Amino acid sequence: MLGKLSWAAIPFDQPIPMIASLLVMLTISAILLLFTWKGWWPYLWSEWITSVDHKRIGVMYILLALVMLVRGFTDAIMMRSQLALAAGGAQGYLPPEHYNQIFSAHGTIMIFFVAMTFMVGLMNFVVPLQLGIRDVAFPVLNSVSFWLTAAGVLLVNMSLVIGEFARTGWLVYPPLSELAYSPGVGVDYYLWALQISGAGTLLSGINLTTTILKLRAPGMGYMRMPIFCWTALASNLLIVAAFPILTATFAMLLLDRYLGFHFFTNEAGGNAMMYINLIWAWGHPEVYILILPAFGVFSEVIATFSGKALFGYRSMVIATMAICVLSFMVWLHHFFTMGAGADINGFFGIMTMIIAVPTGVKVFNWLFTLYGGRLRFDAPVYWALGFMVTFVVGGMTGVLLAIPPADFVLHNSLFLVAHFHNVIIGGVLFGAFAGYTFWFPKAFGFKLDERIGKAIFWCWFIGFYLAFMPLYILGLMGATRRMQHYDVAGWQPLMLVALLGAIVILAGIVLTGVQLVVSIRTRDQRRDHTGDPWNGRTLEWSTPSPPPAWNFAVLPAVNGLDPYWEAKKSPKSHRQNGPDLETIAVPRNSPIGFVLAFFAVMAGFALIWHIWWMAIAGLIGALMTILAHAWRVSDEVEYVVASQRQRAAI
Amino acid sequence: MSASSSTHSEVREIPVSERGPAPRNVVVSFGFWLFLLSDIVIFAALFAAFAVLSHETAGGPSGNDLFDRNRVLLETAILLASSFTCGLMSLAVEQRKLIPAAAWGAVTFLLGATFVGMELFEFHGMIESGARPDRSAFLSAFFTLVGTHGLHVSAGLFWLLVMFAQIATLGFRPMVLRRLRCFSLFWHALDIVWIGVFTIVYLGAH
Repeated sequence: MLGKLSWAAIPFDQPIPMIASLLVMLTISAILLLFTWKGWWPYLWSEWITSVDHKRIGVMYILLALVMLVRGFTDAIMMRSQLALAAGGAQGYLPPEHYNQIFSAHGTIMIFFVAMTFMVGLMNFVVPLQLGIRDVAFPVLNSVSFWLTAAGVLLVNMSLVIGEFARTGWLVYPPLSELAYSPGVGVDYYLWALQISGAGTLLSGINLTTTILKLRAPGMGYMRMPIFCWTALASNLLIVAAFPILTATFAMLLLDRYLGFHFFTNEAGGNAMMYINLIWAWGHPEVYILILPAFGVFSEVIATFSGKALFGYRSMVIATMAICVLSFMVWLHHFFTMGAGADINGFFGIMTMIIAVPTGVKVFNWLFTLYGGRLRFDAPVYWALGFMVTFVVGGMTGVLLAIPPADFVLHNSLFLVAHFHNVIIGGVLFGAFAGYTFWFPKAFGFKLDERIGKAIFWCWFIGFYLAFMPLYILGLMGATRRMQHYDVAGWQPLMLVALLGAIVILAGIVLTGVQLVVSIRTRDQRRDHTGDPWNGRTLEWSTPSPPPAWNFAVLPAVNGLDPYWEAKKSPKSHRQNGPDLETIAVPRNSPIGFVLAFFAVMAGFALIWHIWWMAIAGLIGALMTILAHAWRVSDEVEYVVASQRQRAAI
Repeated sequence: MSASSSTHSEVREIPVSERGPAPRNVVVSFGFWLFLLSDIVIFAALFAAFAVLSHETAGGPSGNDLFDRNRVLLETAILLASSFTCGLMSLAVEQRKLIPAAAWGAVTFLLGATFVGMELFEFHGMIESGARPDRSAFLSAFFTLVGTHGLHVSAGLFWLLVMFAQIATLGFRPMVLRRLRCFSLFWHALDIVWIGVFTIVYLGAH
C-alpha cells in the first residue's frame, strides 16, 4: 500500500536533521497560522498563487530563491564548521553519511533552486518590461513553470524529514548512483525533484525565447534591444538546447534504477563515462545559463549609474552570442583526468581558454563604460564593481584549470571548489543581488535601504575572500573536495579562516532580512513616485512603480537604443499626442500551475517511494487538469480600460 | 545609427523585426517549434546513447538477430502515409471543411494506431524471446530510443482524439485551429525522428 515508506524513513535517531526539520515545520506552521489568522488566504490565492502576471511570477521566483539560499547556506556553514573541527584525528560532529548528504544537497539547492531560480525570476520580471510589452508569450505556461520549480523545491526539502537525500555529490555520477551502490531513496529524491523542476525550467526557456524573438515594442529591432534582453535570450536559448539533455540523461538513470536497464551500470555493457559526458553536455551550458543574465544585469547597472550608454553595445551582443555557442564546446574540461587522451584534452583545453576572449571583451566594455562616466555609488554599483574584481580572479583560476596538465594536479581539489565558488558567488550571486537591489523599487514602488544594502555587499565581498582564498591554498596543498575529515593538522588554521568567512557571509544573509523589514517599515519615506528612481535608460523605467498589470497603457514606440533615456533628453519632440485610451486585454488568473504542481509532487513522491497507485493517481490528476484547461475558452482574457495614461509615452 | 534610421523611416519599409508584437498565431507556432526543437534534443541524447551502446550486447542477441527489416519497412511506410493524411487533414481544416477533416483525421489515427500496434508486437516478440531491455546495454538503449518515439506517437494519438472532441464541442475557433496546427507540426516531427530511427537503428543494425 505504501511502497517502501514506513516509520523507519523518519530519522528519529539523528538529532541534527530532526531538530532542523522540526524548526522548519514550526516556522511553516507559524506562517500558515499567521496567514489564516490575518485572513490573507483569499488575497494570496487571487493575487499571487493563481496570478499569471509575469511580474508577480518573477517576484515569487526570487522569494523562493532567497528562502532556498538560507537552506543552502545552512548546509554550507555546517560543512565549514565540520572541517574547522575535524582536523588531525578528530571526526567533527557530522558522521560521513550525513556529511555526504549535506554537500550533495548544498550543490543541488544552490545551483538549481537558488542561482537558477533567482535568474529566471529576474528575467521574468524584467524582460517584458524592457521589451515594452504587456506580458510574456504564454502567461499561463509561465505560472506552470514557476509552480513546477516550487514542486521540485518541495520534494528536495521533504527528503530532509522523510527518508534521505543523495550522498553522491550534486551530479549523482554512476556507478555510485546506481541501485547497487545507492539502494536508498536519496538519489530518487534528487532525480524526480530535478525532472519536475527541469520541465518547468524548459517551459520557461521556451516561453522567454518566444517572448524575446516574437514580442517586442514597435520599432525595437534586435540591435535596439536592451543588453539584458540579449543576455536573457542567450541564456534561454541555452535552456532550450541544454535542458532536454539533462531530462534524457536523468531518464536513462531512472530506467537503470527502476527497471534494471544497463545504460550506466558496471554490468552488461553499461557505460558510466557516457553519463559523465551527457551530464556535462548539459552542465557546462548551465554555467552560462546562470552567468549570462548576470552579465546583463551588470551591463545595465554600470551604464545606468555611469550616466552613459553602454560602451561597445554591438561587441557586447557578439560576445554574448559567442559565449552562447562556445559554451557547448568545452564540456570535456570537467573530466580531463578520465582518460580521453592527450589530443582530445588539448582541444577542449584550448576551447576553454578561447571562452575567456569574449568574456574579456565584456570586462573591457564595462571598464570603458565606467571611464569618463559620472559614476553614482549606489548599492547596485558596489555589487558590479565587486563582481569585476572577483570574477576576473575566478576567470583566471579557470584558465589555470583549463590547462590539462595543471588540471591533473588540481582536479577534485579544494582549488576547484574555490574556483567555481569564485565565479558563481562573484558572478551569479553578485549579479542576482545587484539586480534585486536595482529592480526592487520597480517591483514594489520603494527603494531598499541603501546603508544596509552596502553593508550586505561588504559582508558578502569580505566573507567570500575570507572563505575561499584559503581553499585555493589548501587545494594547492593537496586537500580534496568532499572530505569529511583530514589528518594534516596544519590545514586547520586555514579551515578556521574559511569558517570565519562563512560567518561573515551569514551576517550578510541576516542583513538581507533586516534590510527587507526595515525598508518595508519605512516605505513611506522611500517611495518612488516617478517610476524612475535611478535615472534609468530602458523602457521599464518609463512606467509607474509598481507597474500596472498591463505594464504599458500604450505600447511605446522605439527609435533606437536606450529609448527612455533619449525621450528624457528631448521630451517634447518625441512625446506623442497620446492616442485615446484603449481597451487592454489582461490574461485571466489560472490555478492550473498550482494544481499541476500538486499532482507533480504527489506523483513524484509516490515514484520515489514506489507507491504505484498514488503515482498513477497523480499522473491522471495532472492529465485531467490539462484537459480541463484545454476547454477554457473565449473568457481567456478580461478587458480592462486603462484608467491613467502612460506617464511618458515615448 | 539610430538618428539616421529615424530620418529615413518614412522612405524605407519597416523591417519585420521592428513591426511590434507578432500576431498570436505566429507566437504560438513559434513557441511550439521551440518545443519541438527541445524534444529533438532529447532524441539526440537517446541517439547518442544508442550509438555508444549499440555494440554492447553482453553476449546477448544483436540487432541483426532480432530485427525483421521487412516488417519495419512496412511500419515506416504506414507512418509516412499517416503524415501524408495528416497533411490532407490540415488542408481540410484550413478550408473549414468538417467532414473531410474528420475523415482524414480518422485515417491518420488508424495509421498511427497500426504503427504503435506493430511496434508493440515487435517489442512483445523480443521480450518473449528473452531479448529484454535489462538483458544488455544495447537492448536498454534500443528499447528506450524506439520506445520513446512510440510513446510520442501514442501521445500524438491521444492528442488527436482530444482535438476531435474539441472540434466537436468548440468548432473551428482560432484556439482550436492553433492547436491543430501544432498537432500537425508534432506529427511531422515524429516522422523525421522515425527516419533517423529506421536508418540508424534498423538499417544500421549489425
